[in-house]
Amino acid sequence: MAEFITTFWAEYGSILLTGIRDTFIMVGISTLFAYLLGLPLGVALILTQPHGIRPNHLLYRLLDWIVNVGRSLPFIILMIAIMPLTKLIVGTKIGVKGAIVPLVVSATPFIARMVETALSEVDAGVIEAAQSMGASTFQIVWKVYLPEAKPSLVLGGAISIVTILAYTAMAGTVGAGGLGDIAIQYGHNRGILSVLWVTVIFLIILVQAIQLLFNWAARSIDKRLDQSAKGHKAFDLLARFAHTK
Amino acid sequence: MSESIIQIQHLTKTFGDGETAVHALEDINLDIRQGEIFGIIGLSGAGKSTLVRCMNLLERPTSGTVIVDGQQLSWMEKQADNKDEKVVFISERELRLVRRSITMIFQSFNLLMQRTVLKNVCFPMELSGVTAAKAKKRALELLEIVGLRDKAGAYPAQLSGGQKQRVAIARALATDPKVLLCDEATSALDPTTTASILALLKDLNQKLGVTVVVITHQMSVIEEICSRVAILDGGVIAEQGKVEDIFSNPSTDAARRLVYPGGASVAQYPAGTRAVRVAFNGGTAYQPLIASLAIDCGVKVNILGADTRDIDGKAFGTMLLGLPDDPNEAAKALAYIRAQHNVSAEEVEYHG
Ligand SMILES: Nc1ncnc2c1ncn2[C@@H]1O[C@H](COP(=O)(O)OP(=O)(O)OP(=O)(O)O)[C@@H](O)[C@H]1O
Ligand SMILES: [Mg+2]
Repeated sequence: MAEFITTFWAEYGSILLTGIRDTFIMVGISTLFAYLLGLPLGVALILTQPHGIRPNHLLYRLLDWIVNVGRSLPFIILMIAIMPLTKLIVGTKIGVKGAIVPLVVSATPFIARMVETALSEVDAGVIEAAQSMGASTFQIVWKVYLPEAKPSLVLGGAISIVTILAYTAMAGTVGAGGLGDIAIQYGHNRGILSVLWVTVIFLIILVQAIQLLFNWAARSIDKRLDQSAKGHKAFDLLARFAHTK
Repeated sequence: MSESIIQIQHLTKTFGDGETAVHALEDINLDIRQGEIFGIIGLSGAGKSTLVRCMNLLERPTSGTVIVDGQQLSWMEKQADNKDEKVVFISERELRLVRRSITMIFQSFNLLMQRTVLKNVCFPMELSGVTAAKAKKRALELLEIVGLRDKAGAYPAQLSGGQKQRVAIARALATDPKVLLCDEATSALDPTTTASILALLKDLNQKLGVTVVVITHQMSVIEEICSRVAILDGGVIAEQGKVEDIFSNPSTDAARRLVYPGGASVAQYPAGTRAVRVAFNGGTAYQPLIASLAIDCGVKVNILGADTRDIDGKAFGTMLLGLPDDPNEAAKALAYIRAQHNVSAEEVEYHG
């Protein structure tokens, strides 16, 4: 067994490490950019909705429509469809760089919905109280909506990252690099099952670790201290977003 | 008579339009004076919340004038092109400033759940740009006033309802407001806690001179702390005036429904029946009172209506007693009831 591990590592170690590194880069950078776009979009949805604090029917309908369209396109199709755009922005359609654009485009509406859901859980009465004290819209977003929804936002963060991780694997199959690429090239094309299984096990551990870490973080920052309700909240949110494309 | 702090003139509020329009408020006129505790009472759906929310423009009136501390928040203006008047509002910017001097507490407390008690009280000061150190000092003073200095580091979820409302009161006072609006502030609390919150409001009113506007559907709350009251019924003010005047001499049906417990209707009793409204504020239960009235004074009274609750052996609520025809006996009974602890009694007249 020890011998097997040594030879396996000598042969595929560096490939696997590169794959893991590429996956981390793709997930990290796309999550960052998707949040930079998705968070304001989610906030805008909350503010402009009919009962929001800045209702704007037209803008809300437009943003809502964009998010719905973005959410309804399967990632792999979206990736192919926007290849010209990808090329325009990062200069290439393939590799780690080429994957980031479609990952961001696909994850942004997803994250916007997640943020919208998290913020909609903030009690309307609390928002009203802030208004009655003379808070501006910016102050309400910055000092009420976001801090009060923090635990839900953190839980949503885990779901977003796992989703983006799943997308990177798909992107890997069309030449983006990362673990998905390795699984296809070695596991599928060349039939080296040991490599396939290592990537599978690694991904399982990674996803579990992300979930545990974020759940723990959400729980420990939540000052509502209502343990039973907390469990349900996390479960609800997960259930709502569990289906990825 | 002291100065006006809130003036409302010809205010109306309609939700929706056409067939489905709800006329929540119609031609409301109010004049709340500096330093008083003013009550607004009415049944559910009467428009109490809508009215109080018009005072800080959380709800924008459909028409009418709202003046707070000499500043117009809404007023009517003639349109250039025609003779119609249209309601105009103060700018958002100015409104945010006004809202620092007319703050509000709510039935559901509405504290920030992810902030400590101290940080909750600091919140309005943060909004208005007070430095962190100053805000903290002031917040601790306010927590001292509401009796929660030791809970500064706790989170709202760790507090009881009464404590939460105390924090909300401290928070509402943070910007040194001239007016404190209370929308059903005690409706979620048990009678004992209600009494302590009302006592606090009264105390703050006396010590700080803050005008308090109390919205409630409970007569006992009005009796406990208000000097004047407006009775809201189906979106119109049925009656307004001094609490004791309205209680002893309700002249409208809406007022009578509230004043006479158990919905006792005037028509049931002959005009000229002498009656007394007895309010129980957590003293002895009412049955012993009626019994001992008979034993100690030899006076028999009729219970015309009652709306009392027994909580931990203490009585809360009101009761309407029919007094004997004999004036001496009636006076004796009245004196006896008034001598009871935590019981107040007022003679009531009927106008058939
Ligand atoms: N946003 C709204 N849209 C439509 N109708 C409303 C709205 N807010 C209040 N109303 C209606 O206006 C009327 C007065 O409501 P309001 O909440 O002011 O009553 P209330 O006296 O505070 O009652 P409660 O004691 O139940 O709180 C009700 O008929 C209610 O349905
Ligand atoms: Mg109400």
